[in-house]
This record gives sequence, C-alpha cells and structure tokens, in this order.
Amino acid sequence: MFMTNPFAELTALISPDVMQAYLIVMAVLVAGGTILDMMHKKSAKYFFENAEKAKKSAKRTVSGGEKVGMAVATLANEVLTSGEFCSMKRRISHLLTMYGFIIFVVTTAIMIFGYSTNVLVAQLWHIGAIMLCLGGYWFWFFIRVDVAAEAAKWYKLVRADIFIVSLFTTATFALIWSYLQAGGMNVADMGWATLFFALFIVSNTTLFASVLWSKFAHMFFKPAAAFQKRTTVADGSRENLPGDFDLSSPEVQARFPDIPEYMGKNPEDMGAGIRREAPNHY
Amino acid sequence: MPTFVYMTRCDGCGQCVDICPSDIMHIDKTLRRAYNIEPNMCWECYSCVKACPHHAIDVRGYADFAPLGSSVRVHRDEEKGTIAWRIKFRNGKKDMELLAPITTKPWGSCIPQLANEAAPADSMRNTELLYNEPKYVAMNDNALMTLESNGLEIKEGVYY
Repeated sequence: MFMTNPFAELTALISPDVMQAYLIVMAVLVAGGTILDMMHKKSAKYFFENAEKAKKSAKRTVSGGEKVGMAVATLANEVLTSGEFCSMKRRISHLLTMYGFIIFVVTTAIMIFGYSTNVLVAQLWHIGAIMLCLGGYWFWFFIRVDVAAEAAKWYKLVRADIFIVSLFTTATFALIWSYLQAGGMNVADMGWATLFFALFIVSNTTLFASVLWSKFAHMFFKPAAAFQKRTTVADGSRENLPGDFDLSSPEVQARFPDIPEYMGKNPEDMGAGIRREAPNHY
Repeated sequence: MPTFVYMTRCDGCGQCVDICPSDIMHIDKTLRRAYNIEPNMCWECYSCVKACPHHAIDVRGYADFAPLGSSVRVHRDEEKGTIAWRIKFRNGKKDMELLAPITTKPWGSCIPQLANEAAPADSMRNTELLYNEPKYVAMNDNALMTLESNGLEIKEGVYY
C-alpha cells in the first residue's frame, strides 16, 4: 500500500484527464472561494486601510533590508513553525496538520499530473495523510475549545468544523481507499474500495468547495497579518500599543520613577502569572 | 466602551473567555475566534484586553465622549510585574505612555479555602454580615467603623 501510487491503479476506472481536470477545478474553487471571502468580509480593504493608518502614526521608516529581514522572520516563525500559538499542544497539532496537508496536496498533484510511480512520492502521500489524521484527530477530540473547555461533545458540529472535519475525513478515507485498493483483488473488496474512494472525493470536494464558509482562507491571510504586525513594531507605531520597556534601564527608571521606588533598580522576574495555567474555566 | 476582537490577531486561546466577569466573551461558531457576544453588557473592566496574549482585543469608545480615532491601549506584562498604558488623542497632539507596577494580587492567590475554615456559629448566621466578610465593612454598635477605631492606618504608595 505504501509503495504504490493509488491513482495509477485508478486509471483503469477513471481517465487521467478526468483526474487532472478535477484537480484544476479544486484549485479554481480555492482561488474563487478566497476572492469571494475577501470581497464578502472586505478583509483586504480593512487590512490595507489599517496598514495605511499604521503608516501615518509610524515613528520611523522601515528600510527595504529590514522588510526582507521581517519577511524571513515571519516565514521562519509564524509560517513555517506556527510560532504565534501560545499552547504547545496546539502548535504541534497545527504543524502536523499543516505539513501533512502540504505533503498530501503536493504529492497528489505530482502523482496525477506527473504519472509518477516513484516509491518515495507514494510513501510521502501516505505519510502526509497520516500526519493530517494525527494532527486533525488530536485537535478534534482533545484540543479544540468546544471540547477542551466548553464541555461540548466531540460529535457536536458547528460551522467552524467544516474545515477540520473535511480535512481529516479526506485523509482518513484516502488511506482506507488506498489500503483496500492495494490489498483486495476480489469483487467485495473492490466494492468497499469504490465506496471509500467516493467518500474521499466527497470530503475532498467539501474541503475545497467550502472556502467561502470555512476557515480555509486563513492560510493566505495569516502570513500577511503576521508580517504587518512585525512592521508595526519596527516602524514604532505598534498598533498604538505601549512600548516594551527595559525596567533596569536608567532612562526608563528616570521616566517612570514609580518603577525603581516600588520594584527596585533590578526588578525580579515575577513569574508566568495568568499564563501559568491554561484557560479552562469557561 | 465595549470590547471587540481583531480576528486576524486572535488565535482562539480562550484567555478572555476565561477571565470575563460578565461572561460575554465567547468563541465564535464559524471561525473559532473570540468575540464579544453582547457589547451592551460590557463593564469596560479591561480584563480581557489585559489578558489577551496577542493584544487582539481593543476597546471602542462611545462616540459622544471618546470620538473615533482616539486610542487607549494596554500591555500587562506579568513576568516584569508591570502594566503599561498608551493614550493617544485623535488629533495626535497627545501620545502619552504610562508605566506602573501591577498592584493586583497574583492570579489564583485569592481563592478562599472554605474547606479549611471553621463552620459559622449560629450568631454569625443570624447577622447581616456575609460569612467571612471583613468586619470593617459593617456598622459597629455605636458608630461607623473607622480606620482609627480599628487601629488601622493607610500606608502611602503602592504596596501588596
């Protein structure tokens, strides 16, 4: 199962042209859904208006080199390692799901458009699906706030679940279909394989066609928002937030005499405070 | 001045939901991000604004006394033990930063351990005082309680 391209065997039933056309339709649905989502929520308009406002209250100009540095830092921290999450469990689950999804989508495209029978690509496709399942089910059963903090049952579905449910069901049905197709040559097994293939297509179509209603588009706007956040720190506008003061600095102590008076010249680390326990008292 | 959430900043961690004394910060059913379900009921206590680790929550002033464009933002840094405010007028003429030690009790340190307390006596049950209520909030037999009559003194400055 892990060594073979499951789409290669499928060509007996469905022509590669149909498979390629399906992938193109899914890509168009994602692009169209994201554009409609942006138009509906006016998120891009809001984002640029906000960026313009931040620019007006900037205290210094950010150079091109700094912008490149910030882009690299955003890529390394927020995009590639999901550094914006406070909870380590959520971060790991997000990384598993994100990389699983990328590997799964890229290898699917390689196998369908490149007619690849490369063992490594087939293995990666399966590994991607397993990573998606691990991250997705972990989030679904244990991490999402409805279950972790609001005592909702794991099977209670809300609109926010379209994305995660269609993600892990896509991966799950893909793995089951691949397993049945690789192992079963008799008629009954082929029937089951067809059923799970149909479920895989239904989940996959839901995932890519529901962009307007799900949070699929977050993968496009989150990096932009993270970059903008770094920009506001670099140009001093800081989204109107107060500065990050070094309490042991003599200038800060002269400016805010309460600090040395009540906290001493070198204030101690006061501990994690509210973050010492996860929020679970909803 | 009810609170609102910048959805692109929020990661749905639930700190604001946890801390809101009015129980009006909830997780949105579509995007699983926090939002204020009932701005009219907001006390403007700033608890959620201070608790948010991403500064994703801001306060929108009512237009009659806090015209659009002004800004009051806060950063509560518990590791440093400080709270910083930045107040900005909408005409940009005033952009003021304030920094002070946090003077509230540490998180979780004021949970009453009722199981360790002795049960109230009948005389206590029959008074208008609530169980464990400090005696200073009530009238004594002759007059109002005062700091002097109770041998207390106000200390100057910030103290814990």
